[in-house]
Amino acid sequence: MSVEIRISHALKKYGDNVIIPDLSVNIKPGEFFTLLGPSGCGKTTLLRMIAGFNSIEGGDFFFGDKRINDLDPSKRNIGMVFQNYAIFPHYTVRKNVEFGLKNRRMPREEIKSRTDQFLKLMQIDTLADRMPDRLSGGQQQRVALARALCISPDVLLMDEPLSNLDAKLRVEMRTVIKNIQHDVGITCVYVTHDQEEAMAVSDRIAVMNAGVIQHIGNPKSIYQRPANVFVATFIGRTNMLEGELQVEGGKAFLCLSDYRTQMDTVAPEYMQSQKIQISVRPEELLLNRDANADGLKGTVQDAVFLGLNTHYFVKLDSGEDVEIIQESSIEETLGKGARISLTINTEKVNLFLADGTKNILTGVKNDLDA
Amino acid sequence: MEKNKKFELWTVMTIVFFLLFLLILVYPMFGILKQSLYDKEGALTLANFSKFFAKKYYTNTIINSFKVTIVVTLVSLLIGIPLSYFYSFYRLKGAKVIFVVSILCCMSAPFLGALSWIMLLGRNGIVTKFFLNVFKIRLGSIYGFKGILLVQALKYFPLVFIYMNGAFRNIDNTLIEASANMGCTGVRRFFKIILQLSMPTVLAASLMVFMQAFADFGTPMIIGEGYRTFPVEIYSQYLGENGRDYGFAAAISVIAILITALVFFLQQWATGKFRFSISALHPVEKKPAKGIGGFLMHLYAYLLIFIGFAPNLYIVYLSFVNSDGAVFKTGYSFNNYRLAAKKLLVRSINNTLTLGVGSLIIIIVFAVIVSYLVVRRSSPINHAIDTMAMLPYIMPGAVVGIALVMAFGSKPFALTGTMTIMILNLVVRRMPYTIRSASATLMQISPSIEEAAISLGASKLKTFARITVPMMSSGIVSGAILSWVAIVTELSGSIILYNNKTITLTMSTYVQINRGNYGTACAFAAILTVVTILSLLIYIKVSGSEDDIKL
Repeated sequence: MSVEIRISHALKKYGDNVIIPDLSVNIKPGEFFTLLGPSGCGKTTLLRMIAGFNSIEGGDFFFGDKRINDLDPSKRNIGMVFQNYAIFPHYTVRKNVEFGLKNRRMPREEIKSRTDQFLKLMQIDTLADRMPDRLSGGQQQRVALARALCISPDVLLMDEPLSNLDAKLRVEMRTVIKNIQHDVGITCVYVTHDQEEAMAVSDRIAVMNAGVIQHIGNPKSIYQRPANVFVATFIGRTNMLEGELQVEGGKAFLCLSDYRTQMDTVAPEYMQSQKIQISVRPEELLLNRDANADGLKGTVQDAVFLGLNTHYFVKLDSGEDVEIIQESSIEETLGKGARISLTINTEKVNLFLADGTKNILTGVKNDLDA
Repeated sequence: MEKNKKFELWTVMTIVFFLLFLLILVYPMFGILKQSLYDKEGALTLANFSKFFAKKYYTNTIINSFKVTIVVTLVSLLIGIPLSYFYSFYRLKGAKVIFVVSILCCMSAPFLGALSWIMLLGRNGIVTKFFLNVFKIRLGSIYGFKGILLVQALKYFPLVFIYMNGAFRNIDNTLIEASANMGCTGVRRFFKIILQLSMPTVLAASLMVFMQAFADFGTPMIIGEGYRTFPVEIYSQYLGENGRDYGFAAAISVIAILITALVFFLQQWATGKFRFSISALHPVEKKPAKGIGGFLMHLYAYLLIFIGFAPNLYIVYLSFVNSDGAVFKTGYSFNNYRLAAKKLLVRSINNTLTLGVGSLIIIIVFAVIVSYLVVRRSSPINHAIDTMAMLPYIMPGAVVGIALVMAFGSKPFALTGTMTIMILNLVVRRMPYTIRSASATLMQISPSIEEAAISLGASKLKTFARITVPMMSSGIVSGAILSWVAIVTELSGSIILYNNKTITLTMSTYVQINRGNYGTACAFAAILTVVTILSLLIYIKVSGSEDDIKL
């Protein structure tokens, strides 16, 4: 029953203020698709255009073969979960869940059996006669999900559904959401600004900035081969450094001040000497206690022991600050002022054009280009 | 794309209410302005205004009104704020009693205080006589400025009290602790922190007291005697013994509106200077009121509400004292009620209930729809509707009355003397308050709850009826009961519009006082008081928490 969502050349503006200039995306049937981006990037706006609560100034929105641009929100057959859950406070849990079914004029027995089924599925059947003000945040979340799902919607839309929960419940509920979506097999569009949450639940993630999708891919490809500097810095932590790519005799070398190392993964079309931006994640910097070894030289500013890992904050001799995460070792933690040298894991590091718009390595999977 | 702009119900509502408000709000106000600018021959003239400003007799009415209202406002603040401070920051014994009695004081009919104080301190008042006979002391006159001040200050300080309770409750305890931490406590903290934080509310309360006191017709009419205020002047120019002068009454009305508008904008401007928002995560913990200070606080609170409420009780008592209608005698009987029954008592009660229920239903329906249009369908035209709905806020009751007579008294409408115009007056007068409280309630309801209903397949109308209105209902009900009391005790507009067929309890009371039938008046007033008290007790029961009171 799951449907494909196709959006082509979507345009959204408020007056003269363009929020989404020209956005196209295909969401596969049954897929858990996440819109991820900083606040104000237009992700919620796009979701509400799909839901029908925001007007569409241009472009086409399709559920399967059905164009939904002009369809009233109540006719789109969507299930929606809101940031504040939007539970009707004057109805019991059961009445909240039934609400959508009653609007569909189902026979009473069927309403009851479906409601029971979803109350059970969300493990809130014991709360059926409670009023919402006597539910915890997690329970309200479950009611919202049951209510959205029991109408058998074509698509499930979720707008930052976990942001009002505490950290522990957030982790618990995202597993619940992921499993339910998988069991029901419904196409799901999920909005969040929390990149860890996005990676935990999604089949694919679209990273958005300023109304434009930067990168669409699965969590692994987005983390390991980000399409541009924005994606690299938004997803996970990273150190941005400036350096050069030098091509000699068909081989590419990454040069950072006097540190030089061979790169085997540069894409053929970018094989030319040029200034580049380097994104190296804290775990991709390898710390050597011998300050005279080959590598980037620097001074330890601070060290934080966190059990599994130890974080080092190092000032490079070039003046740049970098963060390094190292698995904690049994040796003494390095103190402030210790001289060290650093090498880069060339398999994992990412290199970008000097303007930051493109990753110049092979292996970038961006469905946006497809 | 074009289909989105289909003609929906709310667009129809917008058009209907825009036209309706033009008819019942803008047109009468415009009519008053027009009337004031034309002479009897229909020529454009400023004669009405120059007549007003030429004679000290007339200008004095406005100056008098202004003077007494300013003093009333200040005195109300002066006695109301300390009461609220003690109530909000200390654990007073019988706090609930203090609160309920305060509401009863400020919701009683506007002129009952005047009537009662005349019975106590007037020329033949029992206190006056007692002092004269026992101590041979002649008490000063209660009539005039002093009387108005006494009656109005005692009626409006509870308004300040209720407003300030809300403000004090929003002060976060950590702010109090922080100021103590930096060595600022006691009286200094009250003025430097607590009062400063409550300034927007102080201003809001001041405006409320000013508007109500300025427009009060009954009190100055009964106890003012030679001290003429402008609502009395409008009334006497309109109905007066010296012959009717609509043009001149209209001119006074225009001047009154200008003054209230000026005060309104001045208040808005001043409030703008205190723009900050606070919300208490840690509400203030009430301290026990111990020792001599605690005793004085209790004394202050109870003395104040006693003086405020005693007049009402005294009137109920008097209603059972034997009288021939005008003069009280010894012994107790139902004589006053028997006499009242001959003076349209049944009709008055019937009319009061009919008018009250009728206008209340209309007000609620209007308020719900208008607040929805304003809050959820923001558009220039809906904004205009909101602004129009607030017009009566700056129109004193007597002015509304005059405006309605002028607008609907003649040819196409000819509503004078009908129940319709009485209801119209009540709707126009009370609507701004109800719309305000309905809008405030609606603003607190997240739009996503309505969106959830729509996404679950409910139509917009069904969402409104099944989700929005029920969620607003608590706000609507608490607003409605206060509107009900205000409607039942309304005098200043109705006095111009009523006749024998549409007379109400309030009007009957006033008529009897005017004729010197104090005994009969007390019977009417006692019934009115009982109706008010019962309504408010129901209100407190329904609203559940005393803390949620909205005026």
